[in-house]
Amino acid sequence: MSDLRDLYQQVILDHYRSPRNFGVLDPATACAEGHNPLCGDRIKIYLRMDGDRVDGATFEGVGCAISTASASLMTEAVRGLERPRAEALIASFLALMTGDGNGAAAVDLGKLEVLSGVKDYPVRIKCATLAWHALRAALEGGDSEAVTTE
Amino acid sequence: MTAPAAAAENEQRDAAVFDVERLRACFPILEREVRGHRLVYLDNAASAQRPEVVIDAVTDCYRTYYANAHRGVHALSEQSTDAYEAARGKVARFIGAPDSHEVVFTRGTTESLNLVAQSYGRPHLEPGDEVLLTEMEHHSNIVPWQLVCEQTGARVLAAPITDDGELDLDRFAGMLNERTRVVALAHVSNALGAVNDIPAVVELTRARSDAAVVVDGAQAVPHMAVDVGALGCDFYAFSGHKMYGPGGIGVLWGRRELLAAMPPYHGGGSMITRVTFERSEYMAPPQRFEAGTPAIAPAIGLGVAVEFLESTCLDRIERHEQELLSHTMEVLNDLPWVRVPGHASNAGSARAAVVSLVIDGAHPHDVATILDEQGIAIRAGHHCAQPLMDRLGVPATVRASFGLYNTHEEVELLVSGLHEVRRIFG
Repeated sequence: MSDLRDLYQQVILDHYRSPRNFGVLDPATACAEGHNPLCGDRIKIYLRMDGDRVDGATFEGVGCAISTASASLMTEAVRGLERPRAEALIASFLALMTGDGNGAAAVDLGKLEVLSGVKDYPVRIKCATLAWHALRAALEGGDSEAVTTE
Repeated sequence: MTAPAAAAENEQRDAAVFDVERLRACFPILEREVRGHRLVYLDNAASAQRPEVVIDAVTDCYRTYYANAHRGVHALSEQSTDAYEAARGKVARFIGAPDSHEVVFTRGTTESLNLVAQSYGRPHLEPGDEVLLTEMEHHSNIVPWQLVCEQTGARVLAAPITDDGELDLDRFAGMLNERTRVVALAHVSNALGAVNDIPAVVELTRARSDAAVVVDGAQAVPHMAVDVGALGCDFYAFSGHKMYGPGGIGVLWGRRELLAAMPPYHGGGSMITRVTFERSEYMAPPQRFEAGTPAIAPAIGLGVAVEFLESTCLDRIERHEQELLSHTMEVLNDLPWVRVPGHASNAGSARAAVVSLVIDGAHPHDVATILDEQGIAIRAGHHCAQPLMDRLGVPATVRASFGLYNTHEEVELLVSGLHEVRRIFG
């Protein structure tokens, strides 16, 4: 039985109320927008790459507690990672959300595990993955059209 | 008997007739539990539930007499055709249409509006012509007009609403001109519940243009008595699933002379009198607009839904829902952390029982999840009205929309659910 306390943990509420790395990154080397057409939420991810390393990541947009906290935690987690490591983090997080065991162990998700309660709320999984799809698009080149959760 | 005594007796009789618990018992789904709580269904503006009589009518059709309509000479086809056409007659009577040939069955309001846009709009629109909408329209009354404007070179304009969420009739009138070919607007806003004064809109339109007035009645028909003659509009569209009828069936009512002059929307069987490879001749309305095998059982179910609404009495339904709305607004007004954008606090104008609210510090989707955990079904999002959300300056709202079976107890459950949101999000 799912429990709202597992979904809305203090860490999530804290990142929702005080999102980290929120705003435009200037200068940025890539950006991409995530759009959830179901709810209309949009999140834009800015990346600054230093060679193959993520030097900085920020986001902006309006979203629910889940999508905002997920984006906020993601920008903290991805900073300083080499590209392959960042890609593995994305894969691991998406695997956690979809309950796909393969790849879940590839990267230690650390603090991001607080979002694991979302998988018990299937209609909210897209909220949690919105920023991650945008990050993947930004890593792949950025400045493309909005990626959607559909 | 004195007049006051007679009035009191009438009131008593009305109260006795509108027995919400008896009505609830007609809807099997209301008995179910959701996440350990009795279902509180407040998403009626998205889709309502069906009474057993409607479910039975659809089942009975499939179990005992279903066949294609208008096709065979065998007994089942005759019976299906009769039932399908009888449903058309019931719908015509229900909305005050003078002639059942003016009632076209469609898949729903969306298809009805697309039909008008393509079969009425397209032949009438020229480059520079205008289609006048309002800022409170559902996407289904925006996008079909954008499509036909792209095809014809006409343009879409939207009449503004006030901060109280009402159509600004003065500015609407100011936007009408000789280039206005179509005025299309909601009878009742799906997101705000605002009720537009259709006779006033028609009068202004007739005085300033030759435009046809197209009304999206999806949110009106389940909640108030509608008479297309009294409204004075040219087209009126609505859906079965919002009026306690089956999904997949809807209605376009149109003035006979307008329908008669319109080309078909879809081509196919059942809408022609003669087909050769050179040309085809079309049937008269409504068959001209009902190509292919129609949704026969859903249409029959819709006829039964109409009878259900008539026997329950729309005036009484409206009064009951208005009481639920007043109750809700009264309680919400005492909660400083709840806002109801686009809803005038003085509530001087007509509103259907739809409340779109936002809670400080809690996104509508989180509100929806927390309410759902308590068995309360509401809608969170932009309600297919993104331009309206932009106008109100909110990305989304929490919408509670009431139906004839909702109760004052459910209003209280909604409010205690909102307190739970507040407790979590603080």
